[in-house]
Amino acid sequence: MAIEIPENVVVGKLDHLASWCRKNSLWPMPFATACCGIELMATGASKHDLARFGAEVFRFSPRQCDLMIVAGRVVMKMLPVLQRIWQQMHEPKWCISMGACASTGGVFDTYSVVQGIDRFIPVDMYVPGCPPRPEQLIQAIIDLQDKIQREGTVMGREFNTVARQQTKRALIEIPELSQMDGARNPIF
Amino acid sequence: MSAPDTIASNSIAALQARFPEAKESEFRNQHRVVVPVAALYEVLAFLKNEQQFDLLVDITCVDYLNYRDATDRFGLVYVVSSTTTNEQLIVRTFLNEPNLTVPTVMPLWIGADWMEREVWDMFGIIFDGHPDHRRILLPEEFTAHPLRKDYPLQGRGERHNFPVLHRIEG
Repeated sequence: MAIEIPENVVVGKLDHLASWCRKNSLWPMPFATACCGIELMATGASKHDLARFGAEVFRFSPRQCDLMIVAGRVVMKMLPVLQRIWQQMHEPKWCISMGACASTGGVFDTYSVVQGIDRFIPVDMYVPGCPPRPEQLIQAIIDLQDKIQREGTVMGREFNTVARQQTKRALIEIPELSQMDGARNPIF
Repeated sequence: MSAPDTIASNSIAALQARFPEAKESEFRNQHRVVVPVAALYEVLAFLKNEQQFDLLVDITCVDYLNYRDATDRFGLVYVVSSTTTNEQLIVRTFLNEPNLTVPTVMPLWIGADWMEREVWDMFGIIFDGHPDHRRILLPEEFTAHPLRKDYPLQGRGERHNFPVLHRIEG
Protein backbone atom coordinates (compact mmCIF):
# COMPACT_ATOMS: atom_id res chain seq x y z
CA MET A 1 0.00 0.00 0.00
CA ALA A 2 1.64 3.14 -1.17
CA ILE A 3 1.56 6.22 0.98
CA GLU A 4 0.82 9.28 -1.00
CA ILE A 5 3.24 12.08 -0.27
CA PRO A 6 1.72 15.50 -0.51
CA GLU A 7 3.27 18.22 -2.52
CA ASN A 8 6.06 20.23 -0.81
CA VAL A 9 7.05 17.31 1.40
CA VAL A 10 10.50 15.80 1.23
CA VAL A 11 11.37 12.56 2.96
CA GLY A 12 14.86 12.25 4.34
CA LYS A 13 16.93 11.22 7.31
CA LEU A 14 16.90 13.38 10.42
CA ASP A 15 20.68 13.01 10.55
CA HIS A 16 20.88 14.54 7.13
CA LEU A 17 18.71 17.50 8.12
CA ALA A 18 20.62 18.14 11.34
CA SER A 19 23.96 18.01 9.58
CA TRP A 20 22.67 20.34 6.87
CA CYS A 21 21.67 22.87 9.51
CA ARG A 22 24.90 22.55 11.42
CA LYS A 23 27.26 22.79 8.50
CA ASN A 24 25.70 25.97 7.18
CA SER A 25 25.79 27.87 10.44
CA LEU A 26 29.21 27.19 11.91
CA TRP A 27 30.01 29.76 14.56
CA PRO A 28 33.78 30.02 14.89
CA MET A 29 35.62 30.55 18.13
CA PRO A 30 38.80 32.41 17.12
CA PHE A 31 41.74 31.20 19.19
CA ALA A 32 44.21 33.47 17.43
CA THR A 33 47.64 33.79 18.99
CA ALA A 34 49.91 34.80 16.13
CA CYS A 35 50.09 35.89 12.50
CA CYS A 36 47.59 33.22 11.47
CA GLY A 37 45.09 35.27 13.43
CA ILE A 38 45.60 38.14 11.02
CA GLU A 39 44.76 35.87 8.11
CA LEU A 40 41.80 34.61 10.07
CA MET A 41 40.56 38.19 10.42
CA ALA A 42 41.12 38.76 6.71
CA THR A 43 39.06 35.67 6.02
CA GLY A 44 36.19 37.10 7.96
CA ALA A 45 36.52 40.56 6.47
CA SER A 46 34.83 41.88 3.37
CA LYS A 47 37.33 40.82 0.73
CA HIS A 48 37.17 37.11 1.39
CA ASP A 49 33.85 37.22 3.22
CA LEU A 50 33.42 34.07 5.21
CA ALA A 51 29.70 34.88 5.39
CA ARG A 52 29.35 33.28 1.97
CA PHE A 53 29.84 29.95 3.71
CA GLY A 54 27.70 30.63 6.75
CA ALA A 55 30.60 30.87 9.18
CA GLU A 56 31.01 34.59 9.69
CA VAL A 57 29.63 34.88 13.21
CA PHE A 58 32.80 35.01 15.25
CA ARG A 59 31.95 34.76 18.90
CA PHE A 60 34.41 35.37 21.71
CA SER A 61 32.51 33.23 24.15
CA PRO A 62 33.13 29.52 23.72
CA ARG A 63 29.62 28.75 24.91
CA GLN A 64 28.19 30.26 21.76
CA CYS A 65 30.53 28.55 19.32
CA ASP A 66 30.80 25.20 17.64
CA LEU A 67 33.99 25.61 15.60
CA MET A 68 37.29 26.35 17.24
CA ILE A 69 39.91 27.77 14.90
CA VAL A 70 43.32 27.58 16.54
CA ALA A 71 45.38 30.10 14.61
CA GLY A 72 48.95 30.39 15.78
CA ARG A 73 51.42 28.79 18.10
CA VAL A 74 50.26 27.49 21.46
CA VAL A 75 52.75 27.54 24.30
CA MET A 76 52.69 25.20 27.25
CA LYS A 77 51.37 27.93 29.52
CA MET A 78 48.51 28.55 27.12
CA LEU A 79 47.53 24.94 26.52
CA PRO A 80 45.48 24.51 29.73
CA VAL A 81 43.56 27.63 28.66
CA LEU A 82 42.99 26.14 25.22
CA GLN A 83 41.75 22.90 26.72
CA ARG A 84 39.43 24.71 29.07
CA ILE A 85 37.93 26.77 26.26
CA TRP A 86 37.49 23.61 24.22
CA GLN A 87 35.67 21.97 27.11
CA GLN A 88 33.43 24.98 27.52
CA MET A 89 32.14 24.64 23.97
CA HIS A 90 28.97 22.67 23.49
CA GLU A 91 28.69 19.54 21.44
CA PRO A 92 28.63 19.11 18.55
CA LYS A 93 31.86 20.98 18.01
CA TRP A 94 34.73 20.88 15.61
CA CYS A 95 38.28 22.14 15.54
CA ILE A 96 40.44 23.52 12.75
CA SER A 97 44.18 23.64 13.34
CA MET A 98 45.26 26.59 11.23
CA GLY A 99 48.86 26.94 10.13
CA ALA A 100 52.10 25.12 10.70
CA CYS A 101 52.52 26.17 14.35
CA ALA A 102 49.16 24.99 15.58
CA SER A 103 49.49 21.75 13.61
CA THR A 104 53.09 20.79 14.36
CA GLY A 105 54.80 23.52 16.34
CA GLY A 106 56.25 24.90 13.12
CA VAL A 107 59.71 26.36 13.43
CA PHE A 108 59.30 26.70 17.19
CA ASP A 109 60.78 23.40 18.26
CA THR A 110 61.52 24.69 21.74
CA TYR A 111 60.78 23.77 25.30
CA SER A 112 57.82 26.08 25.61
CA VAL A 113 55.84 25.47 22.42
CA VAL A 114 53.38 22.62 22.10
CA GLN A 115 54.30 20.53 19.08
CA GLY A 116 50.85 20.32 17.58
CA ILE A 117 47.57 20.87 19.37
CA ASP A 118 46.27 17.54 18.10
CA ARG A 119 48.34 15.90 20.79
CA PHE A 120 45.99 17.26 23.39
CA ILE A 121 42.65 18.13 21.79
CA PRO A 122 40.80 16.56 18.88
CA VAL A 123 41.35 18.24 15.50
CA ASP A 124 39.15 17.79 12.43
CA MET A 125 40.95 19.83 9.80
CA TYR A 126 44.54 20.90 9.34
CA VAL A 127 45.45 23.92 7.25
CA PRO A 128 49.05 24.00 6.04
CA GLY A 129 50.86 27.26 5.47
CA CYS A 130 52.82 29.84 7.34
CA PRO A 131 50.46 31.60 7.52
CA PRO A 132 47.83 30.05 5.24
CA ARG A 133 46.07 32.29 2.80
CA PRO A 134 42.41 33.00 3.47
CA GLU A 135 41.47 30.83 0.52
CA GLN A 136 43.10 27.87 2.26
CA LEU A 137 41.11 28.48 5.42
CA ILE A 138 37.92 28.78 3.38
CA GLN A 139 38.77 25.51 1.68
CA ALA A 140 39.22 23.90 5.09
CA ILE A 141 35.82 25.15 6.18
CA ILE A 142 34.23 23.84 2.98
CA ASP A 143 35.90 20.48 3.56
CA LEU A 144 34.70 20.49 7.13
CA GLN A 145 31.18 21.19 5.91
CA ASP A 146 31.43 18.21 3.60
CA LYS A 147 32.64 16.10 6.49
CA ILE A 148 29.78 17.22 8.72
CA GLN A 149 27.26 16.49 6.00
CA ARG A 150 28.77 13.12 5.22
CA GLU A 151 29.11 11.62 8.66
CA GLY A 152 27.10 13.82 11.01
CA THR A 153 24.37 12.38 13.18
CA VAL A 154 21.78 14.00 15.39
CA MET A 155 23.14 12.49 18.58
CA GLY A 156 26.78 12.90 17.62
CA ARG A 157 27.51 9.20 17.32
CA GLU A 158 30.29 9.95 14.86
CA PHE A 159 32.36 11.44 17.68
CA ASN A 160 32.32 8.23 19.66
CA THR A 161 33.98 5.79 17.32
CA VAL A 162 37.07 3.76 18.03
CA ALA A 163 39.13 5.73 15.56
CA ARG A 164 38.24 8.97 17.33
CA GLN A 165 39.43 7.65 20.65
CA GLN A 166 42.80 6.38 19.54
CA THR A 167 45.78 7.16 21.63
CA LYS A 168 47.30 10.51 20.86
CA ARG A 169 50.90 11.06 19.97
CA ALA A 170 51.70 12.76 23.26
CA LEU A 171 51.01 9.60 25.16
CA ILE A 172 53.35 7.70 22.90
CA GLU A 173 56.12 10.22 23.13
CA ILE A 174 56.54 10.62 26.88
CA PRO A 175 58.09 7.15 27.48
CA GLU A 176 60.63 7.93 24.77
CA LEU A 177 61.58 11.07 26.58
CA SER A 178 62.09 9.17 29.79
CA GLN A 179 64.72 7.04 28.10
CA MET A 180 66.90 10.01 27.28
CA ASP A 181 69.79 10.59 29.61
CA GLY A 182 69.80 13.44 32.03
CA ALA A 183 67.51 14.07 34.92
CA ARG A 184 63.85 13.65 34.09
CA ASN A 185 61.65 15.80 36.21
CA PRO A 186 58.19 15.92 34.70
CA ILE A 187 56.41 18.89 36.11
CA PHE A 188 52.72 19.64 36.54
CA MET B 1 68.11 60.18 17.59
CA SER B 2 71.69 59.12 17.79
CA ALA B 3 73.12 56.68 20.26
CA PRO B 4 73.75 57.93 23.76
CA ASP B 5 76.81 60.04 24.15
CA THR B 6 79.92 58.59 25.55
CA ILE B 7 80.11 58.60 29.26
CA ALA B 8 81.68 61.60 30.85
CA SER B 9 85.14 60.62 31.97
CA ASN B 10 84.60 62.10 35.39
CA SER B 11 81.84 59.57 36.13
CA ILE B 12 84.22 56.68 35.57
CA ALA B 13 86.94 58.47 37.47
CA ALA B 14 84.66 59.14 40.41
CA LEU B 15 83.54 55.52 40.40
CA GLN B 16 87.06 54.17 40.36
CA ALA B 17 88.14 56.61 43.04
CA ARG B 18 85.46 55.22 45.32
CA PHE B 19 85.73 51.60 44.21
CA PRO B 20 89.31 50.82 43.12
CA GLU B 21 88.38 47.21 42.32
CA ALA B 22 86.08 48.28 39.47
CA LYS B 23 87.61 47.37 36.11
CA GLU B 24 86.63 49.57 33.21
CA SER B 25 86.69 48.68 29.53
CA GLU B 26 85.40 50.31 26.38
CA PHE B 27 84.20 49.05 23.01
CA ARG B 28 82.82 51.32 20.31
CA ASN B 29 81.94 54.06 22.70
CA GLN B 30 80.20 51.74 25.10
CA HIS B 31 81.71 51.74 28.56
CA ARG B 32 81.58 48.76 30.85
CA VAL B 33 82.55 48.34 34.45
CA VAL B 34 83.10 44.96 36.07
CA VAL B 35 82.65 44.91 39.81
CA PRO B 36 82.72 42.11 42.39
CA VAL B 37 79.43 40.89 43.76
CA ALA B 38 80.15 42.24 47.23
CA ALA B 39 80.39 45.79 45.91
CA LEU B 40 77.56 45.55 43.39
CA TYR B 41 74.88 47.28 45.41
CA GLU B 42 77.18 50.01 46.63
CA VAL B 43 78.37 50.73 43.09
CA LEU B 44 74.84 50.97 41.77
CA ALA B 45 73.74 53.10 44.72
CA PHE B 46 76.70 55.38 44.10
CA LEU B 47 75.78 55.72 40.42
CA LYS B 48 72.16 56.38 41.23
CA ASN B 49 72.55 58.77 44.12
CA GLU B 50 75.76 60.62 43.35
CA GLN B 51 76.26 60.35 39.59
CA GLN B 52 72.74 61.02 38.31
CA PHE B 53 72.21 57.59 36.77
CA ASP B 54 68.51 57.77 37.46
CA LEU B 55 67.29 55.27 34.85
CA LEU B 56 67.76 51.51 35.03
CA VAL B 57 67.48 50.45 31.39
CA ASP B 58 67.77 46.72 31.79
CA ILE B 59 68.92 43.84 33.91
CA THR B 60 69.91 40.70 32.11
CA CYS B 61 72.24 37.78 32.41
CA VAL B 62 74.59 35.72 30.27
CA ASP B 63 75.44 32.08 30.84
CA TYR B 64 79.08 31.50 29.94
CA LEU B 65 78.98 27.73 30.30
CA ASN B 66 81.38 26.20 27.75
CA TYR B 67 82.20 29.65 26.42
CA ARG B 68 85.73 30.01 25.17
CA ASP B 69 88.14 31.51 27.70
CA ALA B 70 85.37 32.03 30.22
CA THR B 71 86.28 31.68 33.86
CA ASP B 72 82.93 32.42 35.46
CA ARG B 73 79.54 30.88 34.89
CA PHE B 74 77.08 33.76 34.91
CA GLY B 75 77.56 37.38 33.92
CA LEU B 76 74.93 39.65 35.41
CA VAL B 77 74.44 42.85 33.45
CA TYR B 78 72.96 46.14 34.62
CA VAL B 79 72.50 48.89 32.06
CA VAL B 80 72.07 52.26 33.72
CA SER B 81 71.51 55.58 32.06
CA SER B 82 71.14 59.22 32.97
CA THR B 83 68.23 61.21 31.68
CA THR B 84 69.98 64.49 32.44
CA THR B 85 73.47 63.95 31.02
CA ASN B 86 72.55 61.25 28.48
CA GLU B 87 75.32 59.01 29.74
CA GLN B 88 75.06 55.25 29.60
CA LEU B 89 77.04 52.72 31.56
CA ILE B 90 77.02 48.95 31.73
CA VAL B 91 77.78 47.43 35.10
CA ARG B 92 78.62 43.77 35.18
CA THR B 93 79.32 41.22 37.85
CA PHE B 94 80.17 37.54 37.65
CA LEU B 95 78.53 34.78 39.61
CA ASN B 96 79.35 31.13 40.11
CA GLU B 97 77.38 28.27 41.53
CA PRO B 98 76.39 27.74 44.25
CA ASN B 99 76.49 31.41 45.21
CA LEU B 100 73.91 32.85 42.85
CA THR B 101 72.51 35.46 45.20
CA VAL B 102 72.77 39.18 44.66
CA PRO B 103 70.97 41.98 46.52
CA THR B 104 67.92 43.43 44.85
CA VAL B 105 68.18 46.94 43.48
CA MET B 106 64.51 47.70 43.96
CA PRO B 107 65.29 50.24 46.72
CA LEU B 108 67.14 52.21 44.05
CA TRP B 109 64.95 51.68 40.99
CA ILE B 110 61.42 50.42 41.52
CA GLY B 111 61.42 49.34 37.87
CA ALA B 112 63.85 46.55 38.68
CA ASP B 113 60.89 44.50 39.87
CA TRP B 114 59.99 42.61 36.72
CA MET B 115 63.53 42.61 35.33
CA GLU B 116 64.82 40.75 38.35
CA ARG B 117 61.91 38.35 38.21
CA GLU B 118 62.71 37.60 34.58
CA VAL B 119 66.39 36.95 35.35
CA TRP B 120 65.30 34.65 38.16
CA ASP B 121 62.88 32.89 35.85
CA MET B 122 65.31 32.33 33.01
CA PHE B 123 68.66 31.95 34.81
CA GLY B 124 67.91 31.19 38.44
CA ILE B 125 69.73 34.16 39.89
CA ILE B 126 68.33 34.92 43.34
CA PHE B 127 67.70 38.56 44.17
CA ASP B 128 67.86 38.81 47.91
CA GLY B 129 65.28 41.16 49.35
CA HIS B 130 62.97 41.20 46.35
CA PRO B 131 59.43 41.60 47.72
CA ASP B 132 57.76 39.40 45.08
CA HIS B 133 60.32 36.80 44.09
CA ARG B 134 58.23 34.72 41.68
CA ARG B 135 58.52 33.54 38.11
CA ILE B 136 57.20 36.04 35.63
CA LEU B 137 57.03 34.28 32.24
CA LEU B 138 56.93 30.56 32.80
CA PRO B 139 54.24 28.68 34.71
CA GLU B 140 54.70 28.58 38.46
CA GLU B 141 55.06 24.80 38.39
CA PHE B 142 58.12 24.99 36.16
CA THR B 143 61.26 23.79 37.92
CA ALA B 144 64.08 24.60 35.49
CA HIS B 145 65.66 27.83 34.31
CA PRO B 146 65.55 27.42 30.55
CA LEU B 147 68.03 30.03 29.34
CA ARG B 148 70.85 28.23 31.10
CA LYS B 149 73.09 26.56 28.59
CA ASP B 150 72.78 23.17 30.25
CA TYR B 151 69.03 23.15 29.70
CA PRO B 152 68.10 21.34 26.47
CA LEU B 153 66.50 23.47 23.79
CA GLN B 154 63.56 21.14 23.44
CA GLY B 155 63.00 20.95 27.16
CA ARG B 156 62.68 17.96 29.43
CA GLY B 157 59.21 16.90 28.40
CA GLU B 158 57.33 19.80 29.95
CA ARG B 159 55.63 20.65 26.69
CA HIS B 160 54.16 17.15 26.44
CA ASN B 161 53.06 16.80 30.01
CA PHE B 162 49.36 17.55 29.72
CA PRO B 163 46.19 15.50 29.79
CA VAL B 164 44.81 14.49 26.40
CA LEU B 165 41.22 15.45 25.75
CA HIS B 166 39.00 13.12 23.76
CA ARG B 167 35.69 13.89 22.21
CA ILE B 168 33.61 11.99 24.70
CA GLU B 169 35.14 13.83 27.63
CA GLY B 170 34.74 17.26 26.16
